[in-house]
Amino acid sequence: MSTETSTTITTRINGREQSLRVDNADLLLDVLRDMGLRGAKASCEMEVCGACTVQLDGLPVSACTTLAVELDGRSVETIEHLDAGGEMHPVQEAFLRHSALQCGFCTPGMVMSVKALLEVDPDPSREDVVHWLEGSICRCTGYATIIDAALDAAEAMRGV
Amino acid sequence: MIGSDFVLHRPDALEDAVRLRAELGEDAVLYAGGTELLLVLKLGVIDVEHLIDLKRCGLGGIERTADAVRIGSTTTHREIERDPVVAAHVPALSALARNVANVRVRSAGTLGGNLAFAEPHADPPALLAALDARVELAGPAGRRSLTIEEFLLDAFETALEPDEIMTAVTIPLAEDGVRATYRKIAILERPTVGVAVAGRLEGGRFAAAPAVVVGAVDERPIRVEAGMLAGASPDDEDAVAALAAAARDAVDPVDDLSGSADYKRHLTEVLTRRTVRELARSEGAA
Repeated sequence: MSTETSTTITTRINGREQSLRVDNADLLLDVLRDMGLRGAKASCEMEVCGACTVQLDGLPVSACTTLAVELDGRSVETIEHLDAGGEMHPVQEAFLRHSALQCGFCTPGMVMSVKALLEVDPDPSREDVVHWLEGSICRCTGYATIIDAALDAAEAMRGV
Repeated sequence: MIGSDFVLHRPDALEDAVRLRAELGEDAVLYAGGTELLLVLKLGVIDVEHLIDLKRCGLGGIERTADAVRIGSTTTHREIERDPVVAAHVPALSALARNVANVRVRSAGTLGGNLAFAEPHADPPALLAALDARVELAGPAGRRSLTIEEFLLDAFETALEPDEIMTAVTIPLAEDGVRATYRKIAILERPTVGVAVAGRLEGGRFAAAPAVVVGAVDERPIRVEAGMLAGASPDDEDAVAALAAAARDAVDPVDDLSGSADYKRHLTEVLTRRTVRELARSEGAA
């Protein structure tokens, strides 16, 4: 029986395969931020606000309440990867077009959450977007432009 | 961060998980989605020496058996929300799963974890109780199954023995004409009050007393005696008002962050009335 309190994992972080050793008690958010990936923020730290949202195998999760060891054999994407090819992602472009940010604190989580939605549902209704973003909190209360941006990004990605 | 170091076990078969649990006893805590457990670990409410991750034991997935829909204990809320078998046979559960907490919690959190953690402010117990669902447990001595009400003993307390693991939740296939629905009012992310109603309508009237269960108000789901609805239409205002009053009187709320006791009693009455009315408009099978 194992007595180790750390684990070697193989994972893909923002497209790069890597092996790393993590403490079992490490949270995904801390590991990412220690790597310099600081778009995901610690905010509520109880899965309520969405500021730490990253995509784990495509689905949005709260990095603040996910063990880093859960990356083993899986793939994680953070906001930093979206313009890795030199161009912004269509969701980022739509946020800019709609000025869908004020202070910007929630924006990385909002963008990752919207991107995750459009990957599973390329043609969401306004109601679908609102439902998906329940639990993604913008304290500047800029929800209308965020929803507009999500719908606009969906159209752009479908090539409408 | 989590304050205490722990050993992580990731068994890839149920028998190995059961053996580990028997060996480690109360030093070990079961872990699946982590959406509840990691919160208390981060807060330092509990310390854990060993975590047994159940996600590799083949306990996920949903199937239709001869007489039930069987949902593996590590199936996530999102998988339930999107599952065609659940949609066909238990649409009220699809709708419930779609509205658990938020999409991040639904992506990681599991039905088994939700029940085993036994946080009273949870959605599934009321509906599962109304549908006569059962919880399947496996241990060194074999398997057994309990009703939801036998399983949930108190706040954060279940009938799961220290050497047992929950393997699945089974929901019996409903008879023709049975409808079920669940509604909640949530002040925060968790339900303040949730009401489930399941019953068979014949010619627009309840063929017998429906099952009515109020969740999230007390430590355990509360079953409300609904005999006044036998033979009544869901639009029968007097019968529905009598049921709503009975529900209000059946609960025993406490003041907490989700509302005062009086407020929760009031919500229970209003929500019970609305849930019965909605049942009349809901579609087909449970």
